[in-house]
Amino acid sequence: MAHSQQEVLAGLAELVNDETGIAADAVQMEKSFTDDLDIDSISMMTIVVNAEDKFSVKIPDEEVKNLVTVGDAVTYITANQD
Amino acid sequence: MGILEGKKILITGVLTEASIAYSAARLAQEQGAEVILSSFGRMLPITTKIAERLPKPVKVIELDATNKEHLEGLAEKIKAEIGMIDGIVHAIAFAPQTALGGNFLETEWADVSTAVEVSAYSLKSITTACLPVLNNPSSVVGLTFDATVSWPVYDWMGVAKAAFESTSRYLAKYLGPKGIRVNLISAGPLRTTAAKGIPGFATMEEVWADRAPLGWDLTDTEAAAKGLVALLSDWFPATTGEMVHVDGGLHSTGA
Repeated sequence: MAHSQQEVLAGLAELVNDETGIAADAVQMEKSFTDDLDIDSISMMTIVVNAEDKFSVKIPDEEVKNLVTVGDAVTYITANQD
Repeated sequence: MGILEGKKILITGVLTEASIAYSAARLAQEQGAEVILSSFGRMLPITTKIAERLPKPVKVIELDATNKEHLEGLAEKIKAEIGMIDGIVHAIAFAPQTALGGNFLETEWADVSTAVEVSAYSLKSITTACLPVLNNPSSVVGLTFDATVSWPVYDWMGVAKAAFESTSRYLAKYLGPKGIRVNLISAGPLRTTAAKGIPGFATMEEVWADRAPLGWDLTDTEAAAKGLVALLSDWFPATTGEMVHVDGGLHSTGA
């Protein structure tokens, strides 16, 4: 079943919190994964793999570099989920 | 019947589905092998997740190739999980950022030694750690990026790969009497996680686009993986200390 943008954001915030301990409510659309949330490449990879399972979506390696902000990821996942 | 029917293989270096080792694991399973994966540290949960996407279930064991205790316990761990094995895929390498990307003249020895230990010496340490569980015959295969010449940006990883290639030849020499073959696949550039860690990697991609007689697909890890699987099989029974190029033929051209 397709998730709404709001659901994807909440789910993603949960994954970020699981991996990094960053409070879920700090994970907001305009935040940059690296500059604002200080998420490194291995954590990012973990979050991506978990997001793929959680939202039934494929996020190719090539695409990951375009997901600069939380909003980029939410938009991509919402548009590409099965 | 697959060419790895009945064989058991340890595969290191699976991280994402774009990993060459992931393709090797998938093909090995399709060809009848039972596979066990290794990973370590913060990569372990990623490998474990990705492993669930393989055609058949696999165990993932923890192995940091520079950790003495991990190496000492490796044979026992493998034995407990799947028993004796018939092959190893070595697909791990690492160099600190300072050792890559055009910084060659400035790199400190500490960073070079890390690259050499993780990327070259590990072929020896993992193989010898597995000796108690390696059948006769067995096949050890690794992945290199042709280190007989210099490349843009590859820098000290190139030097580490030269050591890796030499290590494979010495292992072939010392382990031949035990029926253990040691061979390498020299692949062209692939857009794996490892490649993403190399600043300026795109400059190498251009070399292949210009010169490889067969052309080269930067995202197709299956060609290299097929080479690995072939070398793991019984179809190269008298080949060891060899480096097989899976590079679109680029190595054979002068310009």
